[in-house]
Amino acid sequence: MPYSTEFLLSVYRTMKTIREFEERCVKEFEGGNVPGFTHVSNGQEAIAVAACIDLSDKDIIGSTHRGHGHCIAKGCDVGGMMKEIMGRSTGLCKGKGGSMHIADIDKGMLGANAIVGGGPPLVNGAALAAKTLGTKNVALSFNGDGSANQGTVFEAMNMAVVLKLPHIFVYENNGYAEGTAANYGVGSNSLTDRNAGFGMPAECVDGLDFFATYEALKIATERARNGGGPTAIEAMCVRFDGHFIGDPQLYRAKDEVKNARKNQDCIKIFRERVISEGWLKAAAMNAIDKEIMAEIETAVVDALAAPHPDPATDLMSDVYCSY
Amino acid sequence: MTNHANNPTVGGKTSMKTIREAINDALREEMRRDPTVIVLGEEVSGGAGCEGEDDAYGGVFGVTKGLMPEFGRERVIDTPISEAAIIGAAAGAANNGLRPVAELMFFDFIGVSFDQIFNQAAKFRYMFGGKSKTPMVIRGTVGGGWRAGAQHSSMLHSIVTHVAGLKVVMPANAYDAKGLMVQAIRDDDPVIFLEHKVMYDNACEVPDEQYCIPFGEASFPRQGSDVTIVAISNMVTHAITVADILAKEGISCDVIDPRTVSPLDHEAILESVEVTGRLVIIDEGNPRCGLASDIAGIVAEHGFYSLKAPIRTVTAPHTPVPFAPELEDAYLPNADKLMIAVREVLAAGPSGA
Repeated sequence: MPYSTEFLLSVYRTMKTIREFEERCVKEFEGGNVPGFTHVSNGQEAIAVAACIDLSDKDIIGSTHRGHGHCIAKGCDVGGMMKEIMGRSTGLCKGKGGSMHIADIDKGMLGANAIVGGGPPLVNGAALAAKTLGTKNVALSFNGDGSANQGTVFEAMNMAVVLKLPHIFVYENNGYAEGTAANYGVGSNSLTDRNAGFGMPAECVDGLDFFATYEALKIATERARNGGGPTAIEAMCVRFDGHFIGDPQLYRAKDEVKNARKNQDCIKIFRERVISEGWLKAAAMNAIDKEIMAEIETAVVDALAAPHPDPATDLMSDVYCSY
Repeated sequence: MTNHANNPTVGGKTSMKTIREAINDALREEMRRDPTVIVLGEEVSGGAGCEGEDDAYGGVFGVTKGLMPEFGRERVIDTPISEAAIIGAAAGAANNGLRPVAELMFFDFIGVSFDQIFNQAAKFRYMFGGKSKTPMVIRGTVGGGWRAGAQHSSMLHSIVTHVAGLKVVMPANAYDAKGLMVQAIRDDDPVIFLEHKVMYDNACEVPDEQYCIPFGEASFPRQGSDVTIVAISNMVTHAITVADILAKEGISCDVIDPRTVSPLDHEAILESVEVTGRLVIIDEGNPRCGLASDIAGIVAEHGFYSLKAPIRTVTAPHTPVPFAPELEDAYLPNADKLMIAVREVLAAGPSGA
């Protein structure tokens, strides 16, 4: 068996936690408990887990507006996340950030980012710090097929190559930049070919297959940790929800999402693989499912009961001076 | 609701229109009239390259809905998420015979594209000795109230107002939105057109025909002689609320909506303060180096001897926009905060009550 039972159970638990967290976010949003607008990542769980499972709290990730899965995979507290998304004062960012700006520096989670392409230059900075200080830590940025077209991302890739930074660029290609197709917005036929053009190893993997994604990222992470510089991994995947919760998704083909949920579910694919290989038993995963449902329920109940921020004390705190 | 006494007379039929519809009308009619007008931005149509419906968004707020079916993807261009390239393309096209209307979905995204705006588009005409025209419009949504968090809620009008070479337009009702958009498209300079995202559904009677509202001419949603209130964009709503409450107490407010903050109608403000001697400015931006302090400075310099009381400003605090509803509500200027300031100004000074 190429993977330990402990590892496989951990992978399954994290992927499933993300799925249930996201599905519950949709429900709570629709129930009026989540302010603002929220972008969920259900369907893309395998990539988040494959990218983060070997990282320590000292390794840094930079995320996107679709960042809940990255947070959970990096070890952020699910209860603290739910509170943050509901705008409570005991949330990860005291209710000041919200879904699109969730961060947990202690866990090496540099932040979700509501500016498309805002993250990779910052992650270069984390990688530069690791390289300069000789910590052997790595930095990893999550990107999409949308942010792939931002100049900031091009600049970050080039500089990472020039400075040989320990930066892994992960591109979650879910086929849509908001409501525009990747095959329209990405001018070259292949994001991976374009990434390779920057002068770094670049690979395209099936992001629905945890194992394929994990093996590619493992090599990339080891390369970065050992001074080999950046790598770009494009992982093909499917977005189960809209660009934002409530997006009518008129741009998608009829039954596309329904079919994807049925046939392109990375968690189902993982389960089938580990069962057919005889690596895990269904009962063990079903038991985890129950625990996760309880954990998410507790997170929601706690978040709904959590205190709201107090404008008298919280509005003007965490800012360098007041006017 | 708005007094258009100082607007050019527009005859003919009117219809009840929202700000969203009024801007859409302005764009459509200008595109019909002038084949050089194009629209570009992220999902200005939506669904490019997708298997589902075309025109799936019409802009995320639906402002450009229906333009692509009429004018085609050659003139209503869905772009990749590449704000610097969007603005650069608009500026370059404007120098070469087109009149582009570029959209920054959320005006917070000027951060990604700012060089193309302030170092390039804004400077061409002056820097090239007047030989270059840059007839472009940059539309963007501004402001809080949507619980959208720090990076999708900013009110950054003061930053672009600071830049010489840009015109900055901030409509507060559908009538103004249409006339100002037509003017913006026909204008030969780069125009920043800022739409407050909580105001899109606000409606009023709007002429069906096209009309221009000249830049630099304020409107007076309420007229009075006791205190001047200067407000722009969504803050005009609060100013009208306060003026109507005080009117019942026999206090008359002169509410000035500059409509364009660059150029700014200095005269309207100074003439009003000459009558009232009292000035309150309400602005959703941050307080430092902002529009409110700019207007206060102008009046302090040029209208000092008219003043009977210290000028008051009502702004957001000097923080990013918070996410939690309680914090965002506390952050945003509103009618209650404005009322307190107006009453203080009315009570202050030699002839205070």
